[in-house]
Amino acid sequence: MKTNNRIPMPVRYLINLVVIVAVWGVFFALMKGGVITDYWSGIFVTVGINIILAVSLNISTGYLGQLPLGHAGFMAVGAYTGGIFMKATPVGSLLKSGNVGAAIPYIIIALVLSGLVAGLFGLIIGIPALRLKGDYLAIITLGFGEIIRVVLTNIDSVLGFKFTYGASGLKQVPKISSFNLVFICVVLTCVIIHMVMKSRHGRAILSIRENEIASESCGIKTTYYKVLAFVLSAFFAGVAGCLYAGYLGSVFPSTFKFMKSIEILVMVVLGGMGSMMGSVVAATVLTVVSELLRSVGDMRMVIYSLLLVVMMIFRPKGLMGSYDFSLSRWLEKLVALIAPRKGEAKTEKGGAEQ
Amino acid sequence: MSNVTERPKTKLVPVPSHSVIPERDADKRPILECSHLGIDFGGLKAVDDFNLTIGRTEIAGLIGPNGAGKTTVFNLLTKVYQPTRGTILLDGMDTSGKTTAQINRMGIARTFQNIRLFSKLSVLDNVLIGLHNEMDYNLAGAILRLPTYWRGERIARRRALELLSIFDMQDLADHEAGSLPYGAQRRLEIVRALATNPSLLLLDEPAAGMNPSETAELMENIVKIRDTFHIAVMLIEHDMNLVMGICEGICVLNFGQVIAKGTAEEIQSNPVVIEAYLGKKKEEG
Repeated sequence: MKTNNRIPMPVRYLINLVVIVAVWGVFFALMKGGVITDYWSGIFVTVGINIILAVSLNISTGYLGQLPLGHAGFMAVGAYTGGIFMKATPVGSLLKSGNVGAAIPYIIIALVLSGLVAGLFGLIIGIPALRLKGDYLAIITLGFGEIIRVVLTNIDSVLGFKFTYGASGLKQVPKISSFNLVFICVVLTCVIIHMVMKSRHGRAILSIRENEIASESCGIKTTYYKVLAFVLSAFFAGVAGCLYAGYLGSVFPSTFKFMKSIEILVMVVLGGMGSMMGSVVAATVLTVVSELLRSVGDMRMVIYSLLLVVMMIFRPKGLMGSYDFSLSRWLEKLVALIAPRKGEAKTEKGGAEQ
Repeated sequence: MSNVTERPKTKLVPVPSHSVIPERDADKRPILECSHLGIDFGGLKAVDDFNLTIGRTEIAGLIGPNGAGKTTVFNLLTKVYQPTRGTILLDGMDTSGKTTAQINRMGIARTFQNIRLFSKLSVLDNVLIGLHNEMDYNLAGAILRLPTYWRGERIARRRALELLSIFDMQDLADHEAGSLPYGAQRRLEIVRALATNPSLLLLDEPAAGMNPSETAELMENIVKIRDTFHIAVMLIEHDMNLVMGICEGICVLNFGQVIAKGTAEEIQSNPVVIEAYLGKKKEEG
């Protein structure tokens, strides 16, 4: 696989765009045609939110190589920020009156704001936490997640304004999270993370995972890039939180328990650390499976855990390992296979076997 | 081997701070000046009163028995350890209080004794990480794929392949760095260090694990690197053929103290050095 038949970058982007639109088209048609019921399109929204959560956690675990256990905390921050913001704006009434166009700017602001506030929390936690390594980082982030949850459970007003409503939860949040919105957010999240990772900034983050001392001797500001990765991770968790609030219409502090962080981490580990495609696949599979297992009642968690154990035995590095799927690379191989050029027969075979 | 060891003899001239540098660098500001450098680990003086001056285009050797503190000196120069005493001037600028990353941007690049490559990444990516600070596009440029991104990446990629070609490694660009043979990994580390555009290159046992013919090739390449990039090279090495063959000034360290400085001939005939180091070596051979 040498440079001979490499697809130029603009064409690659175009191919990916076409595929994304096609996937959306299929979902749209199936939903219009009634093949996908409302029940299932709701599950797909959950799948989308979980994909964003898994892909964002993958930045700090898979790419940066740290083990934060407080991802649900950032999600909570995003959910409450988005929820409170949307309740304060006329989004709900606009959506009810069918004026979707007028609601769009508010929705965008809500999503970005949730991300920014969660990112800010990521910055505040990240600067001290990232000085620590391994277990210590895990524990400090775990502590952070719990602090957020306990604070949200116990305060119901800030400076006299009733904002968070304590343990009874934030209710009547406008339901903004349609399938389309979540789909767009998933795509944007994946694209942005991909663009960052395939740049000098992304390589700097990867180099810290690979060898921090070497990375520093290459002139990379390791603290800056660690915090950057952590903040990015928190940002998208916040966006996912906002979508979550906008999907359920109500947010309870008890949702963001430690188990929620673990659930997201399981998706990342199962998909393969450092593989975005892995995170996407694992988030999808686990969400759908746990939904399907609802019918077996109490046995659900037993089967779910068994499934995880079996998966980790047979694929200890996760579904995808650290392999990342590239449609264009795959197409290149396919093209090379179908139309062999002279003198290239050997290289193609090598490529196809990989 | 013998043909490589016979090089034009360098004349060393004395400079302040009890050091010598090659005559051709004498009228220029030295690239590195260490004075009274020292570090304590608890009560142990790992390096003490280390004075060294390196000329702008000098190939300097740092030798000494195991545990003499050679790698500690490198770690002090690159601020992996903060020195307890003394000053380091890099191209006349004080480096105190700087971080490892800042030191690299000031012009010191290094390789490691136990190879520290980004082993899961490709050979090309390793070099591109070295070129990190040579690209200047920001995060927005990367996310939106602005022209600055494309230009930066294109130039960096070309430069990376150029640098790899010093060691004929451009065809290995897509390989995983960790899967390369040992010798190639050492060479890749040198390429990565060069990518950061240093004015002083520190090589920590570059020939370790290489066979004699690879070592001979490496010697040629170190000289070639010095001549093409006009940089100073300082190396720690146990292979005396390499050190005596290419190093112009040699500094001998024992128990954290400098015991001798001079040209290869002077070092070889120095009784203190022979006692501490080379004498033992001859008995073994």
